[in-house]
Amino acid sequence: MAHIQVPEGVPGIRSLVLFRPETGQSLYDLAQVLLRGESPLTAAERELIAAYVSSRNDCHFCMSSHAAAARSLYGDRRQLVDDVLTDLQQAPVSNKLRSLLQIAGKVQILGKLVTEEDVAEARAQGVTDRELHDTVLIAAAFSMFNRYVDGLASWTPTDPAVYDEMGKRMAEKGYSLPQPVK
Amino acid sequence: MSNLICINERPVLINHKTYHMPYINVNNDLPGIRGLMAYRPETADAMGALANILLRDTQGLSPAERELIATHVSYLNECFYCHHSHGEIAVCYLNGDRELVDRVRKDYQNAPISDKLKALLQIAAKVQKGGRQVSEGDIANARDQGATDKDIHDTVLIAAAFCMFNRYVDGLGATTPTDLSTYPPRARQVAEHGYGSHIFSKAQPTM
Repeated sequence: MAHIQVPEGVPGIRSLVLFRPETGQSLYDLAQVLLRGESPLTAAERELIAAYVSSRNDCHFCMSSHAAAARSLYGDRRQLVDDVLTDLQQAPVSNKLRSLLQIAGKVQILGKLVTEEDVAEARAQGVTDRELHDTVLIAAAFSMFNRYVDGLASWTPTDPAVYDEMGKRMAEKGYSLPQPVK
Repeated sequence: MSNLICINERPVLINHKTYHMPYINVNNDLPGIRGLMAYRPETADAMGALANILLRDTQGLSPAERELIATHVSYLNECFYCHHSHGEIAVCYLNGDRELVDRVRKDYQNAPISDKLKALLQIAAKVQKGGRQVSEGDIANARDQGATDKDIHDTVLIAAAFCMFNRYVDGLGATTPTDLSTYPPRARQVAEHGYGSHIFSKAQPTM
């Protein structure tokens, strides 16, 4: 049971934003622009960064839902998502994406851990300013979303089929604030 | 100008270049998150709106209490720019009581604040470590001190949001002024006019 009284049967962050739609609106707006807005990174890559950070934060709800969204967006290359979540170093991703995920991993621990050397290494793989910006902000934002979801102990479904459907919806429709059931 | 500053009360020699040039070219010389927000106003809009509700809502927790939670979490995340910026905004709301803000920043358990705020700061400090660290006991303790669902919600989300803001600022090596006398003018601007795009689109306050 969640630490505060949220609508029953509604999972994760959806229950929390129904409790407080004023902040919920900004949170969904941020997710939409960050994960679906104009960016040199694909939506699939951005969802993968979100899932990777959520996995490192041990946030089952966010990791499962964003991994499902990334699988849906990657289509035939969906196996890549689980490869990254299992072992980033061995995963068949480009060196550029690997260097961005490594920076995301540092941001997950603490912002100041990102060094000039990390950035230089990413640059050597062709990473641009905007790619670096978006990666750091996605990793930072999921350091927020993960804490919000788990800090209030919101309901985390355990059935994988629930996340498949959620991921498909996130991939197709993006992020818009859930409305209360009338 | 000396480049010897104190972080968490330890004097630290800061490499001038590392500390003053962001990792990306933000095309401006604005300090901290302001420079990043000006670089990418699309994400800044949502973050500004979030900060305005979370830190300036007068229902339940006061703006001073909200800024104190933000300051403490930013201090735990070792984000120099954020803990000084939000500390100074709290000072504005607390009629200049910088000593109180300093005590809450570093040792809230022994600061002269309400038991309710102490219980909420305890929850915020747990959130800073990780969402799963918050226990039923922490919540029960806050409720015993009179915290409502909304107080608990806002505390958790303020703490979580500063785990984002702090990482955004330090993860991109945002420009961090080491001269503490530059912080109060920006703090007064926010205390009077709130968060939002004006903090990076208008001339920076110096008085």
